[in-house]
Amino acid sequence: MDLKHTDAAPTDAEREAVDSLLGPPPSGWEGGTTRSDEDLRWARGGASAAKDRRDQLLPALHAVNDRIGWISEGALGYLCRRLTVAPAEAYGVATFYAMFSLRPRPPKVLHVCTDLACAARGSAALCADLTRDFAPAGTATEGATWQESPCLGLCERAPAALLIQAGEQPRSARPADPARPAFEDRGPGGGAHGYGRGREGEQRAAGAPHRTAVIAPATPAALTHAIRSPEHTPPQPPPETAVPQTGSPGLVLLKRIGTTDPASLDAYRASGGYTALRRAFALGPAGVIREVLDAGLVGRGGAAFPTGRKWEATAGQPDTPHYLVCNADESEPGTFKDRVLMEGDPYALVEAMTVAGYATGARQGFVYLRGEYPRAYERLSHALETARTRGLLGPDILGQGYAFDIEIRRGAGAYICGEETAIFNSIEGQRGEPRSKPPFPVEKGLFGKPTAVNNVETLVNVLPVLEHGAAAYAATGTGTSTGTKLFCVSGQVAAPGVYELPFGASLRELLELAGPPQDLRAVLLGGAAGGFVRPDELDIPLTFEGTRAAGTTLGSGVVLVLDGSVELPRILLRIAEFFRDESCGQCVPCRIGTVRQEEALHRIKDRTGAAAADDIALMREVGQAMRDASICGLGQTAWNAVESAIDRLGVYK
Amino acid sequence: MTAVPLRLPRRLIEFTLDGQETRVPEGSTILEACRAAGKDIPTLCQGDTLTPKNACRVCVVEVAGARTLAPACSRRAEAGMTVLTGSERARHSRKVVLELLASATDLSTTPRADEWIKEYEAKPARFGAGAARVNEEPKVDNDLYVRDYDKCIQCYKCVDACGEQWQNTFAIAVAGRGFDARISTEHDVPLTDSACVYCGNCIEVCPTGALSFKSEFDMRAAGTWDERAQTETTTVCAYCGVGCNITLHVQENEIVKVTSPHDSPVTHGNLCIKGRFGFQHVQNRV
Ligand code: SF4
Ligand code: SF4
Ligand code: SF4
Ligand code: FES
Repeated sequence: MDLKHTDAAPTDAEREAVDSLLGPPPSGWEGGTTRSDEDLRWARGGASAAKDRRDQLLPALHAVNDRIGWISEGALGYLCRRLTVAPAEAYGVATFYAMFSLRPRPPKVLHVCTDLACAARGSAALCADLTRDFAPAGTATEGATWQESPCLGLCERAPAALLIQAGEQPRSARPADPARPAFEDRGPGGGAHGYGRGREGEQRAAGAPHRTAVIAPATPAALTHAIRSPEHTPPQPPPETAVPQTGSPGLVLLKRIGTTDPASLDAYRASGGYTALRRAFALGPAGVIREVLDAGLVGRGGAAFPTGRKWEATAGQPDTPHYLVCNADESEPGTFKDRVLMEGDPYALVEAMTVAGYATGARQGFVYLRGEYPRAYERLSHALETARTRGLLGPDILGQGYAFDIEIRRGAGAYICGEETAIFNSIEGQRGEPRSKPPFPVEKGLFGKPTAVNNVETLVNVLPVLEHGAAAYAATGTGTSTGTKLFCVSGQVAAPGVYELPFGASLRELLELAGPPQDLRAVLLGGAAGGFVRPDELDIPLTFEGTRAAGTTLGSGVVLVLDGSVELPRILLRIAEFFRDESCGQCVPCRIGTVRQEEALHRIKDRTGAAAADDIALMREVGQAMRDASICGLGQTAWNAVESAIDRLGVYK
Repeated sequence: MTAVPLRLPRRLIEFTLDGQETRVPEGSTILEACRAAGKDIPTLCQGDTLTPKNACRVCVVEVAGARTLAPACSRRAEAGMTVLTGSERARHSRKVVLELLASATDLSTTPRADEWIKEYEAKPARFGAGAARVNEEPKVDNDLYVRDYDKCIQCYKCVDACGEQWQNTFAIAVAGRGFDARISTEHDVPLTDSACVYCGNCIEVCPTGALSFKSEFDMRAAGTWDERAQTETTTVCAYCGVGCNITLHVQENEIVKVTSPHDSPVTHGNLCIKGRFGFQHVQNRV
């Protein structure tokens, strides 16, 4: 590889940010400021060693962005030297993610969600007020700026905002080993200022500490206050406030949230934690897979693929090593259940991943976590750390001779990275573009090796399967949709939040729990990639087969409730805008098709009937090609919700 | 002279192509099978010397039982598969893809684009005059070649040729995302500040003319570029001892550009800066 670096030099702070992740440069060849005699006589590493480190690119970009707030030419050049990555490639990766900036910007950035649930709850007015009281979006003022953001996964507390202040990581949070980010536990209910709260005395005169703050529900005053003094934002409410059913009997996946301290491994064990893992060891890997197959567990991410079959296929691959990836990049607008699970019951995910790793023959698991989830990151990091010290992760788990560990990788603001193959590229330090299938992940996944990918909710379901046995698990739900399902109810309901119901309950029953609005106009099921249903269709059973028969989808469990006050054409425009923004740009039907659809929706936003007919016909034609010819699910489903609004709700009639 | 590389004999598999029982060596793509059967499937991002990226989606075909269409260029034929290359669904997607491409980019120098647009009755104008376009000015930042990304369809071929598939220079990559994605050097610096070594292998594989010799670019601007008046002569590069085949494109007794035969076992279409661009001395007449 020819590597040519520019002369742009990193600042001390930039160099330190990278070195805090990667350690000091081992030689002058890799960014050291001087070359020793040894450097001039001895070449180490070579291409394969360099490739080994490519996967540190995303963490390294985070390190600079977290510290400085943006990534300069000098900083990018430095981390390219450190990782032996070509600058053009690193630039291509950095520009792929929305959370990184390659242009100077102030250290404080406020992300104000304008996506579906927040739009339905007044984010437009919020932005207008912020423009008036503080500054227009994108303008640097008082060392801060704000920008509109896609869904932040805080829909139950809409409208929501996330403030990120770049700055120095506290010493304790400087991971020498990136697999082990340090953690500062603030107990349940705290943690408003995520994973980088500076310790006093360690702050340099120049730099404020890195911190994050969540403001939700947001008011204009709270936002301006947060921008001006992030250190004084009130703490977030505890995760159980997102679970209206807290404490009620019959909860399976949510049973610990609000009843068991998420920061305490002992509390987790006292509530029955780690019995599933013990049972797994008793059954052996093949026994675990049989149990999961018999339970009829299917993936909760939307595709409803049998989890046991995926595990079996991965376990049976001769190629090694095997990997386990937990998809925690929950970016479907309107989805927040995985966040609540990770914040409220992090050990459950750690245990479930250990079971899954054991069954599939993996020694290493990755949690690919949304970059916008600071508290989930904090809680999960803490859970990993304590599990490790207690021998529940590491070289010899529970004395069973099974070695397994988990590493968290933070995404950086790209919806497409929730696609299972895009996750691999993202972790590997490539652009988060989906790969074409076949080959499937079970055969060639992360680092080209057999990989099982499951989302958070799917994995957590493995615990009840093992705790109570397959038969008991399968007794809940319907014949083909077994167990319980989490639903993210947001929009115009009295009690938005995560609900858990056995499969087979109807949409009406779910809405009754959440307190539906008087003049229900429509329900968006399955999120931006899902479909709308009418108020007269509430008897749809909430099962994979039931929603499919009704011509819609359960998707990731989004239930966005809209009343008569919502202007549907605007919501549809927002959906189209979302897909246009989030398309990775790899394939033509999606890259250009999403733009053409948005343009057509703009043209007809105030039109109906014959005046809209031509553009609707055009969108149908483009939509068909997107569905048929796009590489991945994003392009294939981008037209679903709009189509259903036209056909089922008659929006432009 | 074309040397045929020796390969291990491969098993034949049997599948149905447009109702015809077809046998192809195991591992063949549907596109290879189609071409062997004399079927003309449009392709843009597929290249004979590169692993297809299957990003353009003009080659999609219908595989019975599959939810979506399959890219013929990279989907391998499987025993027992039933493939339809001219089904209504496949033709519809190809038409829309051509419309989308033509409405966003300048396909005027893309070979066969006009022909396919007619064949599939694509009407790029129906997205309206306000349809967003790529809208890039040509980047003329060196004396050897021009990057006119208004013509770029983001096929990734140049990136693959510059990167791990051939040149290993990694001077260019895709930057940005979605409709704003562009082929770019780091921080969008001029080529002269980038790692580019001017091998021109990216020009060789570009299917749209977005990358072109400065000579060609200038002649097109002056209206003097005339491909029909050009002759092509393949010879051996005189600069070093490797023996690369070079093809001189000559118009009115002047070399206007240099390519290399893709089936040459020495170059596979690749050259270095000297073979590709070092031809001025030939035409220095005193
Ligand atoms: S469908 Fe869209 S998101 Fe998926 S690969 Fe194609 S351009 Fe990327
Ligand atoms: S000329 Fe060669 S080195 Fe330069 S961008 Fe093209 S392929 Fe890369
Ligand atoms: S410049 Fe040419 S080769 Fe490169 S992506 Fe664009 S069209 Fe493809
Ligand atoms: S030629 Fe097959 S997708 Fe482009």
